[in-house]
Amino acid sequence: MELSKELLLKFYKDMVRIRNFELKAEELFLQGKLPGFIHLYIGEEAIAVGAMANLRVEDYITSTHRGHGHMLAKGASMRKMMAELYGKKHGYCKGKGGSMHIADVSIGVLGANGEVGGGLPIAVGAGMAIKLQKKDSVVISFFGDGASNRGAFHEALNWASVFKLPVIFLNENNQFASTERVQETTSVENISDRAVGYNMPGVSIDGNDVIAVFETVKEAVERARNGGGPTLIEAKTYRLKGHFVGDPQLYRTKEEVDLKWPNEPISRFEKKLFEGGYLTEKEKEEIWNDAKNEVEDAVLFAEQDEYPAPEEALEDLFEDSTNCLY
Amino acid sequence: MREITFSEALGEAILEEMSRDPTIFTYGEDIAKQGGIFGAYKPILGKYQDRIIDTPISEEVIFGSALGAALAGMRPVAEFHFADFLFTGMAAIANQIMKFKYMTGGQGKLHLILRGPDGISKSAAAQHSESIETIFMHIPGIKVIIPSTPYDMKGLFKTALRSDDPVICFEHKMLYRMKGPVPEEEYYIPFGVADVKREGKDVTVIATSRMVHESLLAAQELEKEGVSVEVVDLRTLVPWDKETVFKSVKKTHKVVIAHETWRRAGWGAEIAATIQEELFDYLDAPIRRVGAKNVHIPFSPPLQDFVVPDKNSVIEAVRSVL
Ligand SMILES: Cc1ncc(C[n+]2csc(CCOP(=O)(O)OP(=O)(O)O)c2C)c(N)n1
Repeated sequence: MELSKELLLKFYKDMVRIRNFELKAEELFLQGKLPGFIHLYIGEEAIAVGAMANLRVEDYITSTHRGHGHMLAKGASMRKMMAELYGKKHGYCKGKGGSMHIADVSIGVLGANGEVGGGLPIAVGAGMAIKLQKKDSVVISFFGDGASNRGAFHEALNWASVFKLPVIFLNENNQFASTERVQETTSVENISDRAVGYNMPGVSIDGNDVIAVFETVKEAVERARNGGGPTLIEAKTYRLKGHFVGDPQLYRTKEEVDLKWPNEPISRFEKKLFEGGYLTEKEKEEIWNDAKNEVEDAVLFAEQDEYPAPEEALEDLFEDSTNCLY
Repeated sequence: MREITFSEALGEAILEEMSRDPTIFTYGEDIAKQGGIFGAYKPILGKYQDRIIDTPISEEVIFGSALGAALAGMRPVAEFHFADFLFTGMAAIANQIMKFKYMTGGQGKLHLILRGPDGISKSAAAQHSESIETIFMHIPGIKVIIPSTPYDMKGLFKTALRSDDPVICFEHKMLYRMKGPVPEEEYYIPFGVADVKREGKDVTVIATSRMVHESLLAAQELEKEGVSVEVVDLRTLVPWDKETVFKSVKKTHKVVIAHETWRRAGWGAEIAATIQEELFDYLDAPIRRVGAKNVHIPFSPPLQDFVVPDKNSVIEAVRSVL
């Protein structure tokens, strides 16, 4: 398939935006400006970007604790994301959720999730709604290799298959679940092999190749839109940073990580773009600068924003909280 | 006496008992290589490696398998990583572990322990912050321990490791690094024996876990105003020590209960109701409860501070009963 220059550059720009957001989040966290935990998506950008290029606003995703990249690729506001990371009033969750709980229901982002695998049943629910409404929307549920060992994963796949729901289960196998290597906790070599048990197509791809992700997800999305049911895709990648910022990483060596950097998705794709004559040094510089400026603007927005007033902690539990707070 | 941290006390308890009892083994997510997400298991890193096991992220099996392992003769200690993820495997706990013995007419020795961190830390947000010990007091079938000091941690855990009943142990995230005196000699703290952490005569404050320390700070401040506060640390919720609580109430005639778990239907409600039912004539003021507001624990620091009680909440409650 020939992809347009426009699309290829969009892939690149979106990956660079995510990378810059994450680098900034890391820096801010280390400066003590962000409360809570931050799980970085560095090295995994090709998956969110390649996948999301197939989606429309009316399509849904469910995300994970490592969700910043998914949000940005689906079109979330960087300003509101950053403000949430700060715990400020105009963040996505008005300071109640933080990094792991960002949602933007208006653009189909049905939530990051602090519970590993928590998004899978939610995605199935969105798939049922689509089917009942006779729409041609789809859902992509992102989850890690670790999440694929939870009961929720198995139940969700079976369910989606039985009801032929338009759900794409997009596994981001970054080789680790916190401190645990995938080989130590997972019984199959390819997580996509598990699709057999649920009678759906399953495929493993190079998750650091944005075009491969785009094309594989495209096929699955088309099948889902046409009533062909769910697909399990495993995108193999590598988590280049710690599980969270500050992780001492006692479970792997620096040498191992250094060896993986040359395969990271952005510089790899960049080389291709240069070779194909799609990108010049000057354009590259502009794209990086634009991304940095966008991130700086988001940081400024977040820093100038105020903290919520303490009493706001009592809002948002119900539509009508009358008499519910005691 | 030497001082060690809460985590070290836990580690010592496990190591001492492991060396004595080869059926003890411990497992959970991220414990063997890093010592647990809050370093609770750091003291046992590299020891008894075949009996300290990293598992898949499979909460229902982590908890449910403890029952099977216990019935098959081992003494499992399963870590729940974050108390919030007890919900993730709750069917295995509430429908299997807690009911097995009763439903089978008393069969089996369910010597198993579920343990792990609960409570707030610095902005972990709702899915990693909640104190849910009350739920395990409400449903019959498991003993609930909730230590507040390194001394209590070690002594209670040693007892848990010798108990033939299921035990769940809640360790507050903010306490793991706290140091305190722990004797070198072996000791055990029985379940159902509260500890008077501070003697006083005007008001009894009943607390557990982090709120014991907030209550002690509150007592120090109130002392400057001439108010003498007695702080009773329950240490275990199932069973809970009615005797010590009643003795204190009969002395002070005024009661404040302080926990981090939600105020509404929190375990304090049970204690307050029991005191009211059985000691009504001794009370000189209504019993006051301090707990988290009835919303989830929010992320942003000013919101978290507002929702979760601290020493000031205790001071205010004590003043209101004087
Ligand atoms: C149900 C549940 N169990 C445990 C945790 C703690 N935890 C948070 S992230 C994580 C590892 C997740 O690994 P994986 O699904 O592979 O995603 P990755 O972090 O690699 O993106 C664990 C164990 C959790 N958040 N939820």
